Amino acid sequence: MVKRIKLPLTDEAITGLKAGDKALLTGVIYVARDAAHKRMLEALESGQPLPFDVRGQVIYYMGPTPARSGQAAGAAGPTTSGRMDVYTPRLLDEGLKGMIGKGMRSPTVKDAMMKRRAVYFAAIGGAGALISKTIKRSEMVAYEELGAEAIRKLEVADFPVTVANDIYGGDLYQEGRARYRMEGK
Amino acid sequence: MRDIDCKKITETISSLFQEACLRLPEDVLEAITQARDKEESPAARDALDKILENSEIASSEMIPLCQDTGIAVVMLELGQEVHITGGDLYRAINEGVSRGYSDGYLRKSMVNQPFSARVNTGDNTPAVIHTEIVSGDKLKITVMPKGAGSENMTRLGMLSPAQGRQGVIDFVVKAVDEAGSNPCPPVIIGIGIGGTSEKALLLAKKALLRKVGQPSPDKESSELEQEILKRVNNLGIGPVGYGGRTTALAAHIETFPAHIAGLPVAVNLQCHSARHKEAVL
Repeated sequence: MVKRIKLPLTDEAITGLKAGDKALLTGVIYVARDAAHKRMLEALESGQPLPFDVRGQVIYYMGPTPARSGQAAGAAGPTTSGRMDVYTPRLLDEGLKGMIGKGMRSPTVKDAMMKRRAVYFAAIGGAGALISKTIKRSEMVAYEELGAEAIRKLEVADFPVTVANDIYGGDLYQEGRARYRMEGK
Repeated sequence: MRDIDCKKITETISSLFQEACLRLPEDVLEAITQARDKEESPAARDALDKILENSEIASSEMIPLCQDTGIAVVMLELGQEVHITGGDLYRAINEGVSRGYSDGYLRKSMVNQPFSARVNTGDNTPAVIHTEIVSGDKLKITVMPKGAGSENMTRLGMLSPAQGRQGVIDFVVKAVDEAGSNPCPPVIIGIGIGGTSEKALLLAKKALLRKVGQPSPDKESSELEQEILKRVNNLGIGPVGYGGRTTALAAHIETFPAHIAGLPVAVNLQCHSARHKEAVL
């Protein structure tokens, strides 16, 4: 069964999500990856406001290709989330409620997600064209000089994801691998 | 001597990168389709279906297969009877990369001062260029937009000769296991064995260009490829890491003689978006 979820995430929606659930996300998400995260953390450390209010929001780890005319976005698949692990707990402290990316998170991030009641969704790495079709609007928010790494605001409709980490400690990547692992058996 | 004009090289590089980023090679599509039909895990089958659908959308709607259109790797086989005219060869290549990434709406992912400022170069140059001088009067150009998700999972092991064949298997399997879902499986495993450190790494990268699953012509190597592939697919990582039977589509080994004291092994992974394209001028 596929769950249809309207963004921003409600606490009720988060409570109902379990690792392995397939979902379609509709609403607003913010795009930020390596360089944007570094700058956001620098802003927080020096007491500056973040370029957008992260409370209750979802961040998508992604850097798109440029859109052709008539397209809302170019290719827009997820990047490896693990590189953002060093920045994530601080953003969760600020009220971030969801993340979209690919690949496993660190134990520290998983603990922080449970504590702050936030979820991590996995999108299909390498499905840049398919995901692009679910983006209806893209708007520049901050750090435009970073090019592909700038912060963008997207409106998405039926963006396909799978819950990778829920608030109960469930982990899609670990559980999936364990189910099919024959090495060492 | 045969003249090849730099303008022709620039045009060729530009169009090769644009085409490579929109269309997967037939052998890659076939390997993914076969993996899909064999896969036991429903989540993995769904992921492989989406990967195949993605490739249809990419070519029909001119949206790159993946937003990571890579670092521009260019491999040249330059015939010694070729005379390059009208400019500098490497400049012509970089001009082709710049033009291709701009005209093709590809992502510019290269940054200067990698350990400090990390300022985007703006046109995805410079390319990483490997040149081999060969006999003949042709220039073979292979382009490979290499994404960082898989490239970041590269491993080099300077093994001891005593570790031998088993040591090689264990090293490669561990590299793929630790990479997990990060390199966008199902991957192709490029393995370079022998030479020096950089030789082994280059062999590993070149191994990725072989037709998917085509065995090494060397019998011992092809047996090792099969054994490694079996071990890797027992890891259970599966397509995009959701668990399943296909963690790798193939393992390709290239070898070179080694020093009496050494057994270098390099592992270079290729994501399922195994983009490369070649032309002969």
